[in-house]
Amino acid sequence: MIEPIAKPRRKNPLQRTRLPTSPARARSRASHGFTRAAAEGRFMLQRCGACGTFCYPARDACLACLSAELAFTDAPRRGTLLSETTLHVPADVHFRERAPWRIGLVAMECGPTLVTHLHADCEEGGPVVMSFQLDKSGQAVAFAHPEREPPNMTDDRQWREMTADPKFRRVLVTNGRSIVGQEVVAALKTAGASIVFVGVAEPWKPFRGEDALRAMAGVEIVPLDIGDEKSVADLAADIGGKVDILVNTTEHVRAGGLLDRQGTSVVRDEIDQSYLGFVHLAQAFGPAMRMRGSDGVNSAAAWVNILSVYALANWPVFGAYSASQAACLSLSHCLRAELRPGGVKVVNVFTGPLDIEWFQTVPPPKVAPRAVANAIVSALRRGVEDVFVGDVAEDIRQRLAANPKAVERELGA
Amino acid sequence: MDSNSLMQFAGAVASGAVRVVDLTFTLSPDFPVIVLPPEFGQAAPVRIQQISRYDANGPAWYWNNLTFGEHTGTHFDAPIHWFTGKDLPNNAVDTLPLRDMIAPACVIDCSAQAAKDADFLLTIPVVEGWEKSHGRIPERHWVLLRTDWSKKGWRDYANLKDDGAHTPGPDAAVMRWLVEERGVIGFGTETIGTDAGQAGHLDPPYPAHHFLHGGGRYGLQCLCNLDQLPPTGAVIVAAPLKIQNGSGSPLRVLALVPGQG
Repeated sequence: MIEPIAKPRRKNPLQRTRLPTSPARARSRASHGFTRAAAEGRFMLQRCGACGTFCYPARDACLACLSAELAFTDAPRRGTLLSETTLHVPADVHFRERAPWRIGLVAMECGPTLVTHLHADCEEGGPVVMSFQLDKSGQAVAFAHPEREPPNMTDDRQWREMTADPKFRRVLVTNGRSIVGQEVVAALKTAGASIVFVGVAEPWKPFRGEDALRAMAGVEIVPLDIGDEKSVADLAADIGGKVDILVNTTEHVRAGGLLDRQGTSVVRDEIDQSYLGFVHLAQAFGPAMRMRGSDGVNSAAAWVNILSVYALANWPVFGAYSASQAACLSLSHCLRAELRPGGVKVVNVFTGPLDIEWFQTVPPPKVAPRAVANAIVSALRRGVEDVFVGDVAEDIRQRLAANPKAVERELGA
Repeated sequence: MDSNSLMQFAGAVASGAVRVVDLTFTLSPDFPVIVLPPEFGQAAPVRIQQISRYDANGPAWYWNNLTFGEHTGTHFDAPIHWFTGKDLPNNAVDTLPLRDMIAPACVIDCSAQAAKDADFLLTIPVVEGWEKSHGRIPERHWVLLRTDWSKKGWRDYANLKDDGAHTPGPDAAVMRWLVEERGVIGFGTETIGTDAGQAGHLDPPYPAHHFLHGGGRYGLQCLCNLDQLPPTGAVIVAAPLKIQNGSGSPLRVLALVPGQG
C-alpha cells in the first residue's frame, strides 16, 4: 500500500525550478488509435474484423490471419501482471530524474501482452486492470492498476505523472460570477485543491452566490475581467507562478444567428468574452504553466476549457455563439500543442445546453452546472483530454462520427 | 473683448489667479458603466490594448489601441442621444455649437441629502431654496448637482440592488422647469447618468434625458471634484470628441474657478 502524498512545502527560493522534460514522443499513425482512446478515457485495442483477434502494439495487418481490417474497438481491461521491472538508472533524461520507475508485462485476458507502466500496488502474478493514459508528452501509454482500488490510489507517484489531480494543487477558476464557476470552485475544494483563486469581473456588480463564495475556506476572490488584456496580465503578474490548474469558466451565451441579429455588437461581445478572453488568458498564464510542468507535487498540470458541443457542429438557434465556441475549440488545439513541451494537459469539456438562465427556453435534457463541475474533477483525476458531459453532448458526438452532414441538416432544421 | 483681456486671462490661469479644477475620472477599464438589462445592446467597456511599449512591436515608442462606448467614463450626452432630441439641428457631438463648450455653472450642493437617501431627488423647491441664497439661475448656465457620490467606492457608487440602481438625480418637474423656465445649457451629475438610478419609474421615464435633449441641451455625468467648485462663478470647459454623428463621448471636463493670487 502506498503512503498518501504530503502537502508540498514552500519552495526553496535558492533552488532552480526544474524544467520539464518529455518522454519519447514519436508514434506511428496507427498508434494514434491509442491516443484517441486515452484522450477519452477508453481502453481500445485493434481487433481483426476477419478473425476477431485482438492485437497489440498497433500494426497494419492481423498477426493471425494477415487481414488489414484492424479497427480500434473497446476491449476488455483485465489481465495478469507477468513480470515487473524496476528501472533504477534509465538512459532517458525524463525517466532518469523520476527513477526508480516500475514497468511490467501484462498478459491480457483478451490475448495480447502489453508493456505497461505500473501502479505501485500491482503485484507480480496478480490481476490488474488496464487503461491507456496520456503521458507528459501527450502520447498514449498503457497503465496497469490493481484490481481493487487501494487506499490513496490516486497518490501513486507514477499515476500522478499521468493525471492532473487537483489534490494539493492551486487552481484559478476564471469566472466566479456564474453558477458553473461556483460549482467548479466547490468541486475543486472537495477534491483537495490547496487554494482556488476565483476571478470576478466588474466587482461593483453584485451577483448570485457571492456571499457563499466569499465565505468558502481556501478560496480567494481575485479581480479578473478576461475580456480586458491588462486585467488578465495584472493577475498573472500576481499569481501566474502558482497556478497549477486553470479552469476557464467563462460563460457568455446569447441566442441568435446571423440574419435576425441587428448589427455586430452582440457578436463582438461573444468574441471578446470567449475567444479573446481565451487568448488573453493563454498569453498571460500559458508561458509560466509550460515552464512549471515538472515543479514537484504541485507542478502546473492542466488547462480546462468548458466548450459547447456546438463548437463541433453549428446549432443555428445559437449560431453565432456556436461559431465563437468553434473558434475556442480550434484555439484549444493550438494551446494543447504549445503546452505539450511542458507536460501540461489541455482538457476540453464539451456540454450540451446547460441548466442556466440563457438556455431558459431550451427543452430538457439540460446539463446541471454541478455535473459539469464533477466532470472536470473526474477528467483531471483520470488524466483525460476530451470529455462529453450529458446526453446531448454524447448524442452529437456519436451522430458526428456517423454522418456529419446529417447533423448539419438536423441542427439547422 | 480685446486681446489684452484674453492675455490677462491666460496670465491668470498661469499664475493660479484662475484655478483649473479637473472634474474628470480617469478613463479606465475598472470604472463602472451603465448597466442595461442583458437583452439590450450594451456599452462596450473601456479597453486599453497595448500596441507596443519600447519592445519588439515598436522599439522606440509606446502606444495603445482604445475601445469604449460613447457613454463610458466621465462623458457628455448630446441631444441626439435621446429620442426627444433626434430631429433637432446640430444635435450630435460633431455639430454642436462651439460656444456651448464653454459656459458658467451653478453648483447645487445636495451632498447632505444624498448621504441620507441614495434615492434623493432634486425638486423645484430645493432649487428655489438654492436661488434664495445665490440668486436666480441665469440662462445658458450649467446646473451641476453635487452629491459627493464620486467619493464612493465603485460598488457603492453603482449601488446596484435587485430592483436596479439606487443613486440620486433630478425629478421630472425640476428638469422640465430648468430647461423651460431657467434655460440651462445642461445638467451635470457625479453619478453614472444624469438621471437618478430609479428614474425609469418616473414620469416621463428618465426625465433628465427626456427634457434636456428634447430641449437641445446637454448632459454631463460621472463628474468629480464638484466639492471644489463655488456655488456660482465657475466656468466649465466641456468639449466632447468630434465623433461623426456621435451621441456623446468621454471627455476631459475642466472648471475654471477664482483662485489665490
